[in-house]
Amino acid sequence: MGAPAIKSASGKGISIRGSDIDTDQIIPARYLKAITFDGLGEFSFRDLRFDGEGRELEHPFNDKEYQDASILVVNSNFGCGSSREHAPQALMRWGIEAIIGHSFAEIFAGNCLALGIPVVEMEAAQIEILQEWVESNPGTEIHIDIVAQKIRYNEQDIQVSIPESHRKALVDGIWDTTALLKSNPEEVKQISGQIPYIK
Amino acid sequence: MSEGTLYDKVWDGHKVRELPNGQDQLFVGLHLIHEVTSPQAFGMIREKRMEVAYPELTHATVDHIIPTKDQSRPFKDDQAEQMMAELESNTLEANIKFAGPDSGDQGIVHGVGPERGLTQPGMTIVCGDSHTSTHGAFGALAFGIGTTQIRDVLATQTMALGRQKVRRIEVKGELGEYVTAKDIILTIIRHLGTDGGVGHVYEYGGPAVSKLSMEGRMSICNMSIEGGARAGYINPDETTYEWLKNTDTFEKDPNRFEELLPYWESIRSEEDAKYDDVFEIDCNEIEPMVTWGTTPGQGIGISEEIPDPKSLAESKRESAIRAQNHMRVTPGDKMEGYKIDVAFIGSCTNSRMSDLREACKIVEGKTVASNVRALVVPGSQRVKLAAEEEGLDKIFIESGFDWRLAGCSMCLAMNEDQLIGDEACASSSNRNFIGRQGSKDGRTILMSPAMVAAAAIKGEVTDVRRI
Ligand code: SF4
Repeated sequence: MGAPAIKSASGKGISIRGSDIDTDQIIPARYLKAITFDGLGEFSFRDLRFDGEGRELEHPFNDKEYQDASILVVNSNFGCGSSREHAPQALMRWGIEAIIGHSFAEIFAGNCLALGIPVVEMEAAQIEILQEWVESNPGTEIHIDIVAQKIRYNEQDIQVSIPESHRKALVDGIWDTTALLKSNPEEVKQISGQIPYIK
Repeated sequence: MSEGTLYDKVWDGHKVRELPNGQDQLFVGLHLIHEVTSPQAFGMIREKRMEVAYPELTHATVDHIIPTKDQSRPFKDDQAEQMMAELESNTLEANIKFAGPDSGDQGIVHGVGPERGLTQPGMTIVCGDSHTSTHGAFGALAFGIGTTQIRDVLATQTMALGRQKVRRIEVKGELGEYVTAKDIILTIIRHLGTDGGVGHVYEYGGPAVSKLSMEGRMSICNMSIEGGARAGYINPDETTYEWLKNTDTFEKDPNRFEELLPYWESIRSEEDAKYDDVFEIDCNEIEPMVTWGTTPGQGIGISEEIPDPKSLAESKRESAIRAQNHMRVTPGDKMEGYKIDVAFIGSCTNSRMSDLREACKIVEGKTVASNVRALVVPGSQRVKLAAEEEGLDKIFIESGFDWRLAGCSMCLAMNEDQLIGDEACASSSNRNFIGRQGSKDGRTILMSPAMVAAAAIKGEVTDVRRI
């Protein structure tokens, strides 16, 4: 259906600690004033990475050791707040290809799926261990098996979970929904004709 | 699984088919658009040489970036001007109705739909904005969507969505004086958490909800999203119908009202509907709420003490410590007496007529504390006009408030209305996230409009019941 099947993701890990990391932290609202998503990557976590005078602060996204990381490891309720797709867009344009966390805000997870970014849920205690590992071993390769719902790092396999509809959409290459939804205009028209308030 | 709820009925009535990924394709009855999240979607449509499938079911307005002082064009902020121009040309090209600043109908998108009667019971409503949940107050299924989904809806008037669980939130008891819908929803979020609603839609009901005005119902549904729920709704009743009758959609066409009434009645949740779970709260125990932290779940009653992070669930501790450092508050203290620099009455949570009236009652004949910057930003041009006809603007201005033009303003500070440095703001909006109001050191305390009014007068967080 026009979207590639995504059955796995591999890359170096990067850890961002903290629960309830909201979309305003991921991409501050003032960077939303653009009519395209181009160039958003460099504004990921902007206010946590730079102080008011533009001086670099300590942050994993500033750390040289993690510049080519692509698997983000986070805690719970990541991406809460606004429905802005700018948040996953910014992360994707920075280089993130998949996210592993304890839990995700629903709209954020949906927006990730629409971009083909798998979001993978893992037990809180396991997340902590993975974060420590990533922090003390920069350059760690993490492999995500979306079909089997497992991740592999440091020579061990850990069970994870991906919401079934997301998993199926990724694996079957049907996460680009526009093509799918555009394939039955007659049926859509017919249903709309049965809805009482549609004239 | 839920059965016989409004959610189930409206969902089934709009379902086109089940998709291969297990989600459903849902028809969208009303698509609302604003300038921030739509240009990229229009761009994608153009790129793929597609057209807007149902422009007549799509309405646009401008709210996030619009200046509230000087709206002369071009806007002073180039980027804001560019977004505005882009929305104008996109809507013109696609033949979509656009309520711009010259129309008299412009305002925060979640105020505009309800006040014009575009928002109706039993509809599916989407908008590229998380507070689309507001429209659920009318018994609509209303979801915030991302830009890719906006593209889907523009191209097909349908979207792919997985079915959620339905949680009934039963609100009992009676609200005390100066205790409002805002305090109810802040209490719900405090108890269920900012992620308590993930995977759920909230149905609010019970005696206290039945008694609420449409405005109050909108405030509650509005903040469903802060509770993690994708949507929230309230079954339509006489209060809903009264509101609808007085909108131009049905004033112009009263027959239409009679035609649609049976449908509206038919989609109400059944008496014996099945819910995935039920949560109860008692209004008698609610007092005016204020937040002490940096998530909307970090709230307490005005006479309560700020909690010790150690007393909270383990998963909440670390963010509570971070929040208390940011807010510079100490466990055991109260929020009462917390000095403020700014008072903001506005946002899609609380910028309707009843909000302004309640705040006015507090400030009438009093003066805003000398060190406080106070502003009122009506939710829409219509609200602004109605308030001026009642003379509310004069009362606000005489007491020292700025009376502004309609928009989102300091709710998210995408225009010039921003906190500076570490200013503290008593705010009637919905999010106290760090940086939300324009300064990363800014401090936001969420509360009802009457509480904001009281804080503005005293120059500090205060109990509105004692002013
Ligand atoms: S008022 Fe605030 S929350 Fe509401 S739509 Fe505008 S920015 Fe979003």
